[in-house]
Amino acid sequence: MTLRTVALFLLVAVLILLTGLLQSWNTALYILNMGLVSAVMALGLNAQWGFAGLFNVGVMGFVALGGLATVLVSEPPVHEAWAAGGPRLIVALLLGAGTITLVVAVRNRMTKGWLRSATTIILAIGGFALYRALFDPARDAVEAVNPASTGFLGGLGLPVLLAWPAGGLLAAGAAWLIGKTALGLRSDYLAVATLGISEIIVSILKNEDWLSRGVKNVVGIPRPVPYEIDLQQDPGFVARAGDLGIDPITASTLYVKLLYTGLFATVLVVLIVLTQLALNAPWGRMMRAIRDNETAAAAMGKDVTRRHLQVFILGSAVCGIAGAMMTTLDSQLTPGTYQPLRFTFLIWVMVIVGGSGNTLGGVLGGFLIFFLWVEVEPLGQMLLNAVTMPLPDGAVKTHLLESAAHMRLLTMGVVLLVVLRFSPRGLLPER
Amino acid sequence: MLLDLLNALVALTNFVIVPATAYGAQLALGALGVTLTVAVLRFTNVAHGDTMAFGTMVTILATWGLQALGITAGPLPTALLALPVGVAATAGLLLATDRLVYRFYRQQRASSAVLLIVSIGVMFVMNGLVRFIIGVDDQRFDDGTRFLVSARDFKAWSGLDEGLAIKTSQGITVLTAAVVMIALFWFLNRTRTGKSMRAFADNRDLALLSGIDPERVVAITWILVAALATIAGTLYGLDKSFKPFTYFQLLLPIFAAAIVGGLGSPVGAIAGGFIISFSEVALTYAWKKVLGYLLPLGLAPDGLAQLLGTEYKHAVSFIILVLVLLIKPTGLFKGTST
Repeated sequence: MTLRTVALFLLVAVLILLTGLLQSWNTALYILNMGLVSAVMALGLNAQWGFAGLFNVGVMGFVALGGLATVLVSEPPVHEAWAAGGPRLIVALLLGAGTITLVVAVRNRMTKGWLRSATTIILAIGGFALYRALFDPARDAVEAVNPASTGFLGGLGLPVLLAWPAGGLLAAGAAWLIGKTALGLRSDYLAVATLGISEIIVSILKNEDWLSRGVKNVVGIPRPVPYEIDLQQDPGFVARAGDLGIDPITASTLYVKLLYTGLFATVLVVLIVLTQLALNAPWGRMMRAIRDNETAAAAMGKDVTRRHLQVFILGSAVCGIAGAMMTTLDSQLTPGTYQPLRFTFLIWVMVIVGGSGNTLGGVLGGFLIFFLWVEVEPLGQMLLNAVTMPLPDGAVKTHLLESAAHMRLLTMGVVLLVVLRFSPRGLLPER
Repeated sequence: MLLDLLNALVALTNFVIVPATAYGAQLALGALGVTLTVAVLRFTNVAHGDTMAFGTMVTILATWGLQALGITAGPLPTALLALPVGVAATAGLLLATDRLVYRFYRQQRASSAVLLIVSIGVMFVMNGLVRFIIGVDDQRFDDGTRFLVSARDFKAWSGLDEGLAIKTSQGITVLTAAVVMIALFWFLNRTRTGKSMRAFADNRDLALLSGIDPERVVAITWILVAALATIAGTLYGLDKSFKPFTYFQLLLPIFAAAIVGGLGSPVGAIAGGFIISFSEVALTYAWKKVLGYLLPLGLAPDGLAQLLGTEYKHAVSFIILVLVLLIKPTGLFKGTST
């Protein structure tokens, strides 16, 4: 903890407090909560890029998987849908997975030659046809059950907090699949492979209605905290709010947000402590040795690809946890909102600006960049209002004013480029 | 029987071969740009999709300008006349970006990883610029004759049940792409500058020793990338429509094409583009019609016989990419390995 670290975190605190004083405390707490979530995402990516030098350009996919986990764990199961085609659907999916396993096994066991190629092709086509024959009617049956309000299988109906580790596990599974194929090759192959898998995960969320209701969204996901409306009707709460001189409605929204802050801060602190422990352990030294010189580390008997796979899975799991936290905060899964610029590349800006390889650096970047992301829009609006003041009313002025929303992308790019140029190791460099 | 076969063939051409060829040509041009950046500048440029969007945007603005002046290209899309403006503006933007951003890292001999991250910043700025200037909505800018061959004329001419339609934009795409590719190969293989570029790509130190001016090679590469990106983007926009986000998403098939062909290999980029486009169209096409003609009456499929929904077309690029990574990581045509 250097003076610089303390000063920069104080700056973030002041910025959030200023937002509260000048704008509204609800906005301030929103920035704080999403800053905590962003910090967890940045922690995950920092483990991959900062500690191991791995290019993950698919953060969005892992975040989205975390969101899916929230639905699968906490939504109540839709019994009619399960009765209509649930078991058939599961069998079909198992059959599909079985086919892939079988094909891989056959390719590993048989010797190379036309016989192996023919077996592979026949198994793959046969398995796919069987899978579709079973899957399609089951899916249609499930999606036909009351499509306006359900039309999906629902989840397990468990407490929503369990979704956080579940999101991590789901993301870890996807990361294992990607890592197995793309690690150990050219470093930018992993980048393209992760870019691809994240697009696919989001398309699945958007289109597989039986799983996630697709673009119809899942709303009203159960919450780990009380509802505002219940608080407002609780006489004890209203009395306490009155003592503090806040009207009950504002008090209830602030209270709920603060509860989330507590939950998120706990997760973040636990993850930071774990990361620091791992980094200071022999494992952390080995990871840095591999990052700094792969050849030398390999010569010392370290299995570079295996270690890369390990840290890739761990980092992705952290991103999955953050995704589940975010969906819990929103209490809704909206697959249409997953945009790579927002959920992949913005996280990169956070890590690079904060300081790659420095745990607290990534966390700082998460807060700072998310603050900018939110505040650039009103600031840009103000700036454009001032700039266009002398212009006559007309198409140009309207266009400029309407474009203020796009200022934030421009700003993020400029911030990233400036930091890379003048402070390439970030605001809090790795020691 | 023969008539069924002909009908099936026409349906196949109409719904698979023609669209896939046009799309493949667009991807190939995009992948050529990516592969040139990798070969000469030695980094994976994430901003390539947004470079395409920028070039197309300028072309669209110039097209509107020409249309406002009453200048059109007759039966051809006016955008073809506006293309040089788009190329020039994009070349200017890329050269300015190089001067302001990339040159610093080149002089530092920064690793390709650092350059990739830098290109993320450039991508944000370009993306913001495009959205700022033209907005996020769909823009259609094709004019002129819509069809080279229309389905109705073809039916009347051939007497078949199936029609064959070829859009003007598709014809222009293939023709332009062919001309651009021939010119590029002639430039790379026959001219002194092109040869110095290839020498620089093969071995930078040796090229420097033989007196090749690196800044000149880099500048020419950026100009070529600008031209390829703008042409690819404009052709794609004419064929489909222009929407900034779609161009960003083109990054995946374009990278997949470049990697499948072998990063750094121009021939590979072209082959990769067509492999990706044909697989994408063939896997997401509903084969019901074609199979209906080919199979005996009882065997015709009930469903659409579509292997994959169109919404999963990204998955196709990805699956091919993974297969190539597993089986032949250097790509079909041996690319650079670092």
